Amino acid sequence: MKAITFLRRSYTVSTLRRGVWDENPVFRQVLGICSALAVTNLLFNTLIMGAGLIFTTAMASLTVSLLRARTPQRVRMMAQVLIIASYVVCVDLTIKAYLPETSEALGPYVGLIITNCIIMGRCEAFASKNPPWVAFLDGLASGFGYLAVLMFIAFWRELLGFGTLFGARIMPEGFTLWTLMSMPPGAFFMLGLTVWLCRALMPERRET
Amino acid sequence: MTTPDPVTVFVASIFINNILLSNFLGMCSFIGVSREIRASAGLGMAVTFVLTLTTGINYLIFSFVLEPLGLEYIRYIVFIVVIAATVQLVEMIIEKVSPTLYYVLGIFLPLITVNCAIFGVSLFMVIRQYSFLQAVAYGAGSGLGWTLAIVALAGLRHKMARARVHPALEGAGITLIVTGIMALAFIGFSGMVAM
Repeated sequence: MKAITFLRRSYTVSTLRRGVWDENPVFRQVLGICSALAVTNLLFNTLIMGAGLIFTTAMASLTVSLLRARTPQRVRMMAQVLIIASYVVCVDLTIKAYLPETSEALGPYVGLIITNCIIMGRCEAFASKNPPWVAFLDGLASGFGYLAVLMFIAFWRELLGFGTLFGARIMPEGFTLWTLMSMPPGAFFMLGLTVWLCRALMPERRET
Repeated sequence: MTTPDPVTVFVASIFINNILLSNFLGMCSFIGVSREIRASAGLGMAVTFVLTLTTGINYLIFSFVLEPLGLEYIRYIVFIVVIAATVQLVEMIIEKVSPTLYYVLGIFLPLITVNCAIFGVSLFMVIRQYSFLQAVAYGAGSGLGWTLAIVALAGLRHKMARARVHPALEGAGITLIVTGIMALAFIGFSGMVAM
């Protein structure tokens, strides 16, 4: 009995680890970077966006997995998109109700979670073949991996572009702001550098 | 709010508010496909075509069906279904009417359903409260802007093949940084059209 519990736990751990680091959606698979770039100029917006994404990925994975035996193969993709879209509507309405200003700042990017390839990718590659609990964890892990990279990028962009962290002033008065960092090119540079850093830290296992 | 005329919207969406370089939409296929100029141009054409069509259709559905019924909040679901259906329809029509065009665009059409640029343009159109003509101009302009960016990047990557890049930076990393430099260049266009 004990051995089984242990095994299950270690499987849980390895699923989480894989999503956050080994197969991190952003720097390993280069997926879902549309929103990674657009919302990362302020830490707070990034956090909200990331939370929305984690919720959507985890719940969509769970639902897809629960329905996997009943979904006809041919309309699989469409069904998955509709499941994801329904959860995104929930997220959007929640943010609109409680954080109207953030909702305005994020603009269309909350809706764009639907076309975020990470969720589709997880649903298609993992959730449609695995039991609900594991699928849920996998979605959670991918979401967290995504959030971690986003927060890293947002940290530098907000610090250098606005001199603040979560809206609180960090840099001294005389600090020259790197306006570039709060503009679109800054996002591209920062993501490029992050991908570089992460890949240099852990070289990719070459598969043929 | 001043409403710019459709021509202004069209030009601005190609150069100033380039859907890829300033709104980051359509990055996924951008990184994947931009290895070859010919394939990039094909995908760009397909995107422009579908984008113009779906923006118009989504506009009509949104302002004549969803708004009167007070169902704005389900627009995400409706838009995504419209896009998927349009892509399928376009694929079938092109196959019947023009086999040559189908041969050029065919393989790219299924890819487009999940392209965030298409969906994003529809959402922006709602947020900016465009009129029908503005919406269509915005759709077409965004498509052309996206094509311009992806073809330019494919050209750059073609040249870059012989450059020596740090192994960890190869592929996605260097592509992102080159795109950043391109976005920097496009900032020079701002101010060309008074918004």
